[in-house]
This record gives sequence, structure tokens and C-alpha cells, in this order.
Amino acid sequence: MLSAAVIVFREVLEAALIVTILLAATAGVPGRSRWIGGGILAGVAGAGIVAAFAGNIASALDGVGQEVFNAAVLLIAVGMLAWHNIWMSQHARELVAHLRNVSARISQGSLPLYFLAVASGTAVMREGAEVVLFLYSVAAGGSSATAMFSGGLVGILAGVVTGALLYKGLLKIPVSHLFQVTGWLILLLAAGLAASSMGYLIQAGILPWMPPLWDTSAVLPEKSAVGQLLHILVGYQEQPNLIQVGAYISTLVVILAGMKWASRQPDVVTPATREA
Amino acid sequence: MKKWVATVMMVVGVSGLALADQASVEITIKNHQFSPAEVKIPANTRVKLIVSNEDATAEEFEGEDFKAEKVIAGNSKATIMVGPFKPGRYEFVGEFHEDTAKGELVVE
Repeated sequence: MLSAAVIVFREVLEAALIVTILLAATAGVPGRSRWIGGGILAGVAGAGIVAAFAGNIASALDGVGQEVFNAAVLLIAVGMLAWHNIWMSQHARELVAHLRNVSARISQGSLPLYFLAVASGTAVMREGAEVVLFLYSVAAGGSSATAMFSGGLVGILAGVVTGALLYKGLLKIPVSHLFQVTGWLILLLAAGLAASSMGYLIQAGILPWMPPLWDTSAVLPEKSAVGQLLHILVGYQEQPNLIQVGAYISTLVVILAGMKWASRQPDVVTPATREA
Repeated sequence: MKKWVATVMMVVGVSGLALADQASVEITIKNHQFSPAEVKIPANTRVKLIVSNEDATAEEFEGEDFKAEKVIAGNSKATIMVGPFKPGRYEFVGEFHEDTAKGELVVE
């Protein structure tokens, strides 16, 4: 039962942390719960579909369909997180004002927040599909199925609770710094996902194998608790190669440039906010 | 001259065969166990693992001491590129049945 809980927890945690950070990063954005909630629901449904077609996905493209699929899903998530950060660098000021209860009017209705739905949905789908396959696999296994199944439920709950705790913690950050902190969190998250997607393409043999640039497995093993957490949050890898480090850095640079460009665009803050 | 060309072609052909031989290894999963559980592969070479899952349910092939992660659906086959490794032993597991699904790459 414990092993099942741990396996499921590991998968759920990644999705939970991404959703949590997105929730904290959009505090005060009208309608964001609907977009993120919808994304989660779609992600759960997507996880079921991906699990059901796992065999077909895997055997596609000469047996590397799964890697290509995972890499594509990761890259879509990277794009959405980039979009989020760029969008936020235009809207952060009015949101801060809004959270401080100043009569800031946020241009409601004119905000299609697809990126929130897609970013949370892809995270849930990717990790959820493995949970579904795992639980299905133990359920079909017979004897210890009930114990394993309850273990799985414990794992899901633990993941959600961890996410909730992080959310509470993040919201303790003073409003004036909140979006700066979540902006950096999402930036590093996106860079890490980009590096991971390269790992899949290398495993598939689509990108060439390259020797690791360094090896920190002795200092901080990636499979350790801290290593895994850092892997999820900032994309820590014990043996990254040139392609992965390159993807990491270029993602950082591109998103930062986008944010800088967006914050230079004409102000969208309403006059009411400006007076305040 | 003709002889020389033939020799070169033979050498190229043979080494090509040798490479193809070395480059892939088959592993089977049945009853949530790997067979063979000890997989011999050459050092310093990129190796293609062809893993057939003969169980009805999915398994996740995961490297413990090396990077590899792949879900293999029930009754299906997957290919995973690993290495190149330095000589040694590298453990892998079937994450969904870690108690029984254990194996090692023996790199020499």
C-alpha cells in the first residue's frame, strides 16, 4: 500500500505543484478559477484517454510515439507558461492594486485565459495518465488490489494537500512581491520542462546523444526527495547535456525577453488605478 | 583493385553487421518479471532496448542508476535508447511492480 501511495504521490505532486503555482500566480485575476478548474477537469479526462490509447501512442512513429507525445505536451506547457508570464508582466500592476482593494478595474470579460486552462490541463494529463495506468494495472492484478488502490488514493490526497499547503504559503508573500516570486517560479518551471522535453527526444533517438556536461549525482541524487522536488520546480537534473542546458537557457532568455517587451507596451492600467 | 574494393566492402559489411548486432537487446516482461533479469550490453555504445510486455497490463520501465523512463502498455513492445555506459552494473525496475520487476544492465 505504501509503495502505491509513493508512486501515485510522485506523479500527482508534479501536477499539483504546477497548478498551485498557477493559482497563486493569478491571485485576483477574475475567472481564473474557472479556467484552471476547467483545465484540471479536461486534464483528468485527457489522462483517461491517453491511458486508454497508451499502446497506440507508444507504437506510433516506430515505437517512439510516447516520447514524442510527451515532448510535445511538455513543449505546449512551456509555451503556455511563457504566455502566462508575458501576460502577467502587462497586468501585474493592476492585479496588485486590485488585491489591495483599491478600486482597480480589471478589464473583465476581455481576458481569454486559455493559457491557464491548457497549462494546468497538460500537467494533469501527463501525470494523470501514468496514475491511471498504474492503478488499472494493480486493479487487474487481483489479491492486493484493494490495498494498492487505497494506497493510490492516499497518494492523490497527499499530493493535493501538499499543493494546498504551498498555495497557502505562497499567498503569505506580500502582494507587492507575490507576482515577482510566482513569475520567477514559473520561469524556472518552464525552463525545466523544456529541458525535460529534450530528454524525451534524446531517449527516442530523434536528438543525438551527448555526454553529460557535469554530474552532480554524488552531491544531490535526482531520485532523492530534495532532488525530485528540485527537478519538478526548477528542472534539476544530475547529468544534463548540452542540448538540455541549451534548451533551459534559451527558454529563460526567450521568456524574459518577452516579458520585457510586454512591460514596455502601452499601459493597460485603467485611470482609476493610476490615481490610486 | 577489384579485390581491394571487395575487401573494403566486406570489412564495412561485417562491421556494420557487428554494430547492428551490438546495438539492440531484447527484454521480455512476463508475470511482472524481466527476462533476462541480467542484460549484457557492450560499454561505450548506444544500445537499443526492445522491451516486450507480455502481461495484460501496463508497466513502466525505469532506470535506477541511469536515465530511462517509459510506459509500456499491456501486450506490446517498446524501444528505449540507453547508454553509452562505462563498464559496471546498472539497475532498472518496472515501477508499477517494483517488488518483482527488477533487472540489471551488465555493461562490459
